[in-house]
Amino acid sequence: MAGAIPILRAGNTLLTTVHIELHDAIAEAFQGDVLTAIEKNRATGLVIDISALDTVDSYVARILAETGRMAKLMGTQTVLVGMQPEVAATLVRMGFSMEGIRTALNFEDGLAVLGQRLVTIDGGR
Amino acid sequence: MAVAERTAVTLRVLSTCLLPIDREDDVVVVRRKVRAIAQARGFNTFACAAVTTAVSELARNVWVHAKRGQATIEEIAEGDRIGLRVQFRDEGPGIADVDRVLAGGYSTVRSMGLGLSGSRRLVDDFALETIVGKGTVITVVKWKLY
Repeated sequence: MAGAIPILRAGNTLLTTVHIELHDAIAEAFQGDVLTAIEKNRATGLVIDISALDTVDSYVARILAETGRMAKLMGTQTVLVGMQPEVAATLVRMGFSMEGIRTALNFEDGLAVLGQRLVTIDGGR
Repeated sequence: MAVAERTAVTLRVLSTCLLPIDREDDVVVVRRKVRAIAQARGFNTFACAAVTTAVSELARNVWVHAKRGQATIEEIAEGDRIGLRVQFRDEGPGIADVDRVLAGGYSTVRSMGLGLSGSRRLVDDFALETIVGKGTVITVVKWKLY
């Protein structure tokens, strides 16, 4: 299951989009892949995009929060981005708090939280 | 007419769908089915997310604790309102301390302990029957808001 969720590098930051169901085997492989990529790329930041997920139950939320805490132990800041409004409402109603993980509206804001900036080809206008 | 309206409103079952929970992937199958029905019935996006997430928690509960069971998904109607009723049935270990589990934050396995307490907060009706060593039946209902 390793590599099922691609991880891209941009400078010191790793970018990843969770676009498939995080069941047990994939979740564990994903966490391993992220930590390995952090070490290999000396990443200081990690952005996890979950805009493709229309359901985030406590299991998936735990995997994501756990991944953030693991990255933190390695000295890497994690920002979770792209949470759908329905997902945010549901998680709070369930009593789940995303402790230990920062969040931002989208990829661009997530990079800003990490002190990075998206630069477009025409110079960012 | 007015008299008829005041008589007890009966609950009608419009459709029934039985799905097994024998593998981890079945959690997703059950959840997708529920989302598809909720969407088709015009539940708003927040209600769709709520009922889908609740069902995901409960289906995963069956998988994690009992390894096998089944989900019965029903579209129901009562008077003018329509809803979704989902029942999870397993012959797993049962729940010894229901109050503690429903209070949340308690888990016997590697999870948040929010499965039951969390899903209960996402639905309109939540019923739990359990016998230690025999199994558990959980039934939830979510009504469509107009």
